[in-house]
Amino acid sequence: MNDRPITEDDLQAFVDDALDASRQAEVAAYLEKHPEVAARVADYRRQRADLREALQPVADEPVPPELNLARMIEARRRGAGRWRAAAAAVILLGIGLGGGWSLHAILRPSSEGINVLAQEAADNYRVFAPDFGRPVEIKAADEPALVKWASKRLNQPVAIPDLSASGYRFMGGRVVATPHGPALFLMYDDDQGTRIVMLSRPMSLDRDVAMMPHANGAVAGYAWAANGVGYSLVGPLPAEALHPIADEVRRQLGRGI
Amino acid sequence: MKDMLPLIEPLIPALRRYARALMRDQAAADDLVQDCLERAITRWHQRREDGDARTWMFTILHNLAINRLRQARRRGAHLSIEDAGELALARPPSQEDRLRQRDVLNALESLPEDQRAVLLLVSVEDVSYAQAARILDVPIGTIMSRLSRARERLRQAMDGETERAAGRGPNLRRVK
Repeated sequence: MNDRPITEDDLQAFVDDALDASRQAEVAAYLEKHPEVAARVADYRRQRADLREALQPVADEPVPPELNLARMIEARRRGAGRWRAAAAAVILLGIGLGGGWSLHAILRPSSEGINVLAQEAADNYRVFAPDFGRPVEIKAADEPALVKWASKRLNQPVAIPDLSASGYRFMGGRVVATPHGPALFLMYDDDQGTRIVMLSRPMSLDRDVAMMPHANGAVAGYAWAANGVGYSLVGPLPAEALHPIADEVRRQLGRGI
Repeated sequence: MKDMLPLIEPLIPALRRYARALMRDQAAADDLVQDCLERAITRWHQRREDGDARTWMFTILHNLAINRLRQARRRGAHLSIEDAGELALARPPSQEDRLRQRDVLNALESLPEDQRAVLLLVSVEDVSYAQAARILDVPIGTIMSRLSRARERLRQAMDGETERAAGRGPNLRRVK
């Protein structure tokens, strides 16, 4: 009553028990009459069973501690909470004593503090931005590896801002050395060769500072610190073009991306 | 985020299994699963509510795996038989079917990546053809032809193994 020809797809689905009952019966009837095809299908079925058996022990292993999802979610939430608190602190500082505090930070000759971070960001910009061979060590495609590496070295969860809405594509990054320990270096470009760089690291001084501009030769920058982490965004842009991007970075980090 | 744990946690053993079979190395595979989970946590709110969490997770994992394998190839890294042994020896071979399972894993290695992925998703992970098409981002017809080629190729590789084993008598490969 039904003479739809048996297809190779039918045979595969037969192996996987993926046919409806009537088609399954038709294929079975066909195989009765065609022993060679039946032998091949039987091999496929055994192969399927062997694969499942052989790999089952992997699924039966206890899940290792680094894949504890509850803990990973918790760590992420704690990280996000910290960023949110940090953003609140920045806003409070901005309202309260922002201007005076930044001035203080700029005027103080210091080997630490936010102005030193700004200098480090500009230095790193000069080294890596002109590099067309290997500007970043870990590319954007491998973002989780970069996050993992930097979070480990900076000893706190790091997040990578998405600046595509501002016209800048994330290229990748690396952990770089500063006189104050490891820092996370991120690079973005606008697909026309303009690169901007963000450097962030834990701060021992100036742990909470409102955003302020800094200039270093042709490189402009904005730096701020929130809850113990300092950030400096630098690039060859006019300060007024860089400012909204820095605001966007701070907004995203504050949201706990 | 609260709804994530009960949906995703039960998938972890299967994700590890798929990653291990693709990467053939326990450390590399678990590293990949960790990246996959981290990515899922970050993107949980971007997930389509009506989407199937299992397909979503396998899609993330598969893309990470393919990137990683490509990078390894570019660097000229070569996974040796020793590495493959880690997978094959997940259970000590003691009987005939254990030996056959070991052979099937060795034969699996001879498949091109895209065929291996389809075969594993469909045969081992019980992913439907339609879901496999979404995970690998190819039409369902491609899934069917890859599946058919993978099974036939594996069958021939297994036949070869059997002949070699029969021809050589005691097989050194089988000595741990």
